[in-house]
Amino acid sequence: MTTKTIKVNYLARVEGEGGLRVVVRNGVVTKAELSIFEPPRFFEAFLRGRAFSEAPDITARICGICPVAYQMSAVHAMEDALGVRVTGALRALRRLLYCGEWIESHALHIYLLHAPDFLGYAGAIDMAREHRALVETGLGLKQAGNAILTLLGGREVHPINVRVGGFYRTPSRRELAPLAERLERAREAALATVRWAADLDFPERRHDYHFVALRHAAEYPFNEGRIVSSRGFDLSPAEFEDSFEEDHVERSTALHAHLKADGSSYLVGPLARYSLNFDRLSPLAQAAAREAGLGATCANPFQSIVVRAVEVLYACDEALRIIAAYEEPDHPSIPLTPRAGIGHAATEAPRGLLYHRYRLTEDGAIAEARIVPPTSQNQASIEADLKNFVGGWLDLPEEELRHRCEQTVRNYDPCISCSTHFLHLELDRG
Amino acid sequence: MSVLVPKRIVIGIGNPERGDDAVGRSVLAQLRGSLPASIALAEENGEAAALLARLAGTEAAYLIDAAVSGAPPGTIHRLDVAASALPPAIAGFSTHGFGLAEAIELARALGRLPPRCVVYAIEAASFAPRAPLSPAVAAALPEVAARLRAEFGDLTGEE
Repeated sequence: MTTKTIKVNYLARVEGEGGLRVVVRNGVVTKAELSIFEPPRFFEAFLRGRAFSEAPDITARICGICPVAYQMSAVHAMEDALGVRVTGALRALRRLLYCGEWIESHALHIYLLHAPDFLGYAGAIDMAREHRALVETGLGLKQAGNAILTLLGGREVHPINVRVGGFYRTPSRRELAPLAERLERAREAALATVRWAADLDFPERRHDYHFVALRHAAEYPFNEGRIVSSRGFDLSPAEFEDSFEEDHVERSTALHAHLKADGSSYLVGPLARYSLNFDRLSPLAQAAAREAGLGATCANPFQSIVVRAVEVLYACDEALRIIAAYEEPDHPSIPLTPRAGIGHAATEAPRGLLYHRYRLTEDGAIAEARIVPPTSQNQASIEADLKNFVGGWLDLPEEELRHRCEQTVRNYDPCISCSTHFLHLELDRG
Repeated sequence: MSVLVPKRIVIGIGNPERGDDAVGRSVLAQLRGSLPASIALAEENGEAAALLARLAGTEAAYLIDAAVSGAPPGTIHRLDVAASALPPAIAGFSTHGFGLAEAIELARALGRLPPRCVVYAIEAASFAPRAPLSPAVAAALPEVAARLRAEFGDLTGEE
């Protein structure tokens, strides 16, 4: 019997700390495990006892790449619990803020984390030496996203201007004008990104995924919609926990999600969103996707880089539409009255569906919180991809095989976590 | 000279609400009013794309951040990053730390690193939310500020 173990102790170019292990026995993949050793952070526990109004700022701290997603799921769940709805210009501004986060997050992943896999570099810094223009395009796009977050959120990371019921301050039309100029340039860059990504060399690997994403009556989904799936699910966010659940697995400090009915895996994120909502993309984004050779659905995870590029293009397009139609609201937020209740919300983080549930006491304190992030939902799919794909690569040299495995994980843009900022430094003074 | 891009800049990096992570911005507060007006002072969270944009087109950049290397709190590390990368050689490229070290190396790879680029990293003790600077770090502020003023003194005549 021959045994081969592929081990990556520390995955590079993913957000957070994790590794992977693949075991092959006699040419058959017997195990594919993604291990996450980043310590659990107990956010749900320390939300308990805090005021409902604190949830957006506390949960934003879960991630430095997608804080807006946490804020948006939090505010919508709280508004559900309090029985109010944010509409009109405030609703539009929330979509605009989410556009900013998608642009920031996807540009970072496409250009700095994922592109090196396709162009054959160990990382973005090596790649930048030989592909300056490419990296400059990525940084420029990311900064366009940053500009939206800075204007609407108060700063580019962990925005501070979002509140349950709306915002603390809303921008004037005049303030949005320079943003529009910048986004027009970003839209051009996004279109070029789709064309560039379309020409990359993709392994021909597909999987019959069970796609799960939000779907809205008229829009490509950010903050609102039914939870639908490629196998016929059609649920309100309040019904999420009836169909999906999370379990502990020994190798991972993050929970693994699966379907309650049969324990099977499902996929959230760009491929799922795109495949369930192609008809909701703007005409420009649809045309670019077609030109890039994508169909109305995409089941090759290596092509997620193209799908992300299409979503960046959509986000630029949508942001420009929102800015053009914007009328300043009379008040930056709507009035709220605390009450006891349960609220649910699901929104579309860059990496996929992000579910929040809160139970509030009469005075508006959080009695219970539940957060299901996209990466927890995708862990089972990541492992399934490794198991399904690695068998076809066993003839590759060791280094290349290991790289293919890492790339398979990076297809998901896994966001293992991100919280404090400081410089890690080791000094060796010899 | 461009009206928009300063030739010389001091960038204080960090989150002012997180204990010693505020040290970069606190040094800026000490420097305000004591440097020639042509030297720009900027505050940043540490997001790499924003830092890269700050470095673009400058001739001398000083970046001040909190650090954790195991040295006693308040220790001042001066690192000439124009000469060599921040130690250790950056392993991988995780957005977990998509910040200062990555911004500097990306700037270098893109040919955007200022000819003079120095990091002052001040050893931190605590990053507790809303905590003030720890005593050892607070005590280091005047010296960091004095050393930065001296750095610009060395540059006199280069304007």
